[in-house]
Amino acid sequence: MAAEVMLMNEIEATAAQVGIDMNIDFSSIQLPPGENCGIISDDDDVYHDDQLEFDSGFGNVIVVDNLPVVPREKFEKLEGVIRKIYSQIGVIKEDGLWMPVDPETKKTLGYCFIEYNTPQEAELAKEKTHGYKLDRAHIFAVNMFDDFDKYMKVPDEWAPPEIKPYTPGENLQKWLADEKARDQFVIRAGTDTEVLWNDARQSKTEPVYKRTYWTESFVQWSPMGTYLATVHRQGAAVWGGANTFNRLMRYAHPQVKLIDFSPGEKFLVTYSSHEPSNPRDANRVVINIFDVRTGKMMRDFKGSADEFAVGGAGGVAGNSWPVFRWGGGKEDKYFAKLGKNMISVYETETFSLIDKKSLKVENVVDFSWSPTDPIIALFVPELGGGNQPARVSLVQMPGKEELRQKNLFSISDCKMYWQSNGDYLAVKADRYTKTKKSTYTGFELFRIKERDIPIEVLELDNKNDKIIAFAWEPKGHRFAVIHGDNPRPDVSFYSMRSTHNLGRVAKLTTLKGKQANALFWSPGGRFIVLAGLKGFNGQLEFFNVDELETMATAEHFMATDVEWDPTGRYVATSVTSVHEMENGFNIWSFNGKLLYRILKDHFFQFLWRPRPPSFLTPEKEEEIARNLKKYSKKYEAEDQDVSMLLSEQDREKRRMLKEEWEKWVSEWRRAQEEEKLERQKLRDGEASDEEEEYEAKEVEVEEVLDVSEEVLSFEE
Amino acid sequence: MRLITGSADQTVKLWNVQTGAQLYTFNFGSPARSVDFSVGDKLAVITTDPFMELTSAIHVKRIARDPTEQTEESELVIKGPQGRINRAVWGPLNRTIVSAGEDAVIRIWDSETGKLLREADKESGHKKTITSLTKSADGSHFLTGSLDKSAKLWDTRSLTLIKTYVTERPVNAVAMSPLLDHVVLGGGQDASAVTTTDHRAGKFEAKFFDKILQEEIGGVKGHFGPINALAFNPDGKSFSSGGEDGYVRLHHFDPDYFNIKI
Repeated sequence: MAAEVMLMNEIEATAAQVGIDMNIDFSSIQLPPGENCGIISDDDDVYHDDQLEFDSGFGNVIVVDNLPVVPREKFEKLEGVIRKIYSQIGVIKEDGLWMPVDPETKKTLGYCFIEYNTPQEAELAKEKTHGYKLDRAHIFAVNMFDDFDKYMKVPDEWAPPEIKPYTPGENLQKWLADEKARDQFVIRAGTDTEVLWNDARQSKTEPVYKRTYWTESFVQWSPMGTYLATVHRQGAAVWGGANTFNRLMRYAHPQVKLIDFSPGEKFLVTYSSHEPSNPRDANRVVINIFDVRTGKMMRDFKGSADEFAVGGAGGVAGNSWPVFRWGGGKEDKYFAKLGKNMISVYETETFSLIDKKSLKVENVVDFSWSPTDPIIALFVPELGGGNQPARVSLVQMPGKEELRQKNLFSISDCKMYWQSNGDYLAVKADRYTKTKKSTYTGFELFRIKERDIPIEVLELDNKNDKIIAFAWEPKGHRFAVIHGDNPRPDVSFYSMRSTHNLGRVAKLTTLKGKQANALFWSPGGRFIVLAGLKGFNGQLEFFNVDELETMATAEHFMATDVEWDPTGRYVATSVTSVHEMENGFNIWSFNGKLLYRILKDHFFQFLWRPRPPSFLTPEKEEEIARNLKKYSKKYEAEDQDVSMLLSEQDREKRRMLKEEWEKWVSEWRRAQEEEKLERQKLRDGEASDEEEEYEAKEVEVEEVLDVSEEVLSFEE
Repeated sequence: MRLITGSADQTVKLWNVQTGAQLYTFNFGSPARSVDFSVGDKLAVITTDPFMELTSAIHVKRIARDPTEQTEESELVIKGPQGRINRAVWGPLNRTIVSAGEDAVIRIWDSETGKLLREADKESGHKKTITSLTKSADGSHFLTGSLDKSAKLWDTRSLTLIKTYVTERPVNAVAMSPLLDHVVLGGGQDASAVTTTDHRAGKFEAKFFDKILQEEIGGVKGHFGPINALAFNPDGKSFSSGGEDGYVRLHHFDPDYFNIKI
């Protein structure tokens, strides 16, 4: 083991060798002024005005009013009752219960103070006991201690608020108007977060904005790409701007873990989970919903983790995020959460339950919204050992009318998939066989937009095949399924509009024996990437579903993620730090040509910046498609120019490199010549030139092995 | 014609190449890591590993013309660098010694006094262990390979960084073509650090780079373990590679190689 510590005299020896003076005059050193020595901390602006809320130290205290006024004899009894009630909610700190007494009357004053260990417990106690009827005459009025201070400070005279002059904001959508029609993406590697342009023409990226420690855990785009959200200890923040990323708004939520935007970007939902003071209780969950633009908290939800556990895909064990699912399309009208035997649907006018009550559905385990219409699809599993069959229901909001219902028999599990336009709903139903020993899968296909919502049942050619993946074609009428029990499963494509009979689903084709376990449709449909992630180590097949033919097969060794850009022109595959090596990402064209590759160690995230939906009407889009040649001529000319410019730049760069090299070579030649005489001396006068230091000579060596004499008889 | 070899058995031996006879053995207190003859073959520079209380060191030995007159004593011993010194070679005219090793810093020493003359710039130099070093035919420049997945070309006299070649794997061995302006890098991740193996066997390649443009030209696959050693045939028409897989591969270039143009 090499000695890690260098001896002082060795240090001095080295210093002497290199010519460094070891004597430092400390008094002559002057540090730059300021507490931070002139070095601006990266987080300065983040922490700067965070201390607005100073900690009063009384955040864990509540005041309980409207208690009975009792004489000394009854002190203990009353205290006991109060302690019993409030100990159920949290752990009262030692000596945390104080009932003040009137010194004159010697009776209690009718209120008491209770101190818990955490502000969360205090708030929970306030919520749960405010309005509690001890008896007819005494209804608890409970408040946070700090609130008294806050309300006392309200001035008596009303003064009209100051009107601030209007400062127009930046154009947050500016990136969409990029002349070269490029898309952006954000990557996180190591401690850096960077937003880059994908410049496929030049086969490289172009930086937009980079920042170290921009986020403390992860980043997330808003659904239409306007904001980039970062997550920190104190809460979340969103960033955006015309040409760069400025912090637009902050949302306070200590220890936030997860966030979710509403589809129209109006609201931001933040989630945190806290350890309870009593370890046997479930975690305490806090969910806040903020208005994105103003930063105002519209509503908060607090409760134990049990109330927010979501069944269905996430399983009963943990929470699956998001807890609140948004419905009704881009208008962000409704959000709903799964509860025990109910679905609580809220609307965003008042942030309260529609009709002030939840939708009661006995035993509901899963639900999902249509992506475009305010319709909820919910699943209720089988009950009573088959007495009550499982069912899928479609319920319209806000009226809560049931639009359609289907009973399903012998169901073991169920999963729901909506098509992106809300045109179709596929319900994957795993059914028990008659013996109940195994399951087979079938699909119930709902045609939402047709009258009476017809349902069709689809079974695979081989009913027993396990379903590995399912995906609707975005904006289209087709879907893809990966199925099979072989190490190399099959991929089948179906269409909801078969050629002869528009009303029936039909199979388009089955591709056999593919190394695929994940499906990635292009956002515009028509093309799909069949990816073999995890065990298949990054196999990729780019498939054209219109023509039903493979465009290219490729590989990104150890790829963990695949994501299409929002326009459907490019595919990004990446290897994240799940793996130790080969971290980084590849950019491919839609038909499978590798455009460029960037390696980055400790790679965590790659996210394309989403685009808002197009403002063009379908007719206008058709017109452009028809006249594409006219538009493309202009771009082809531009492309030519760029490629010529590129090769010109390239040539110039090479020329310079070669010129620089020539300088070195001639320098070396000169030095060699100068030193030639010296070298000869070192070789004892041998004049041989270095280049031919040795000569390969073929030498024939004859070695006498044996001599033997044999006398032959000479016959005449 | 003499051969000098260094070994982990803590000795350095001199051999007669034609007969294979051992001529002399130098003994050291720790494994010998690198050996190099000076111009004129009268001196040799040897590096030894850190071992127990001994730090790594660079030894200069005088090599007698007549092996019977060979002595054990060192002309010069240089200490200082931390960690292993993987390679030490003679500079032009034997005036300097160039060393590189685990601490990622290339140093130039005066071969007579042992004084440290130069150190490579920390900013632009290697960031991890330098595993290999090879000189150009005329000794005017040399190439270093490092576990930081890059190889760098330096001017021997001034220790100026001239070129950098970036690759995807840690570099264990480097070689320069004596004929064309090509450099070759060989390496690969140590098996202990890999969690999934590349299912395509034979994927470890010796990567060829254009020396001047720093761009990758191509690779020669075949080894199914990391490459640890590379050497060009002095006529430049073939090269050999040795790997962790226990194989030495000899590659002869086909005519197209000599016509490569980027």
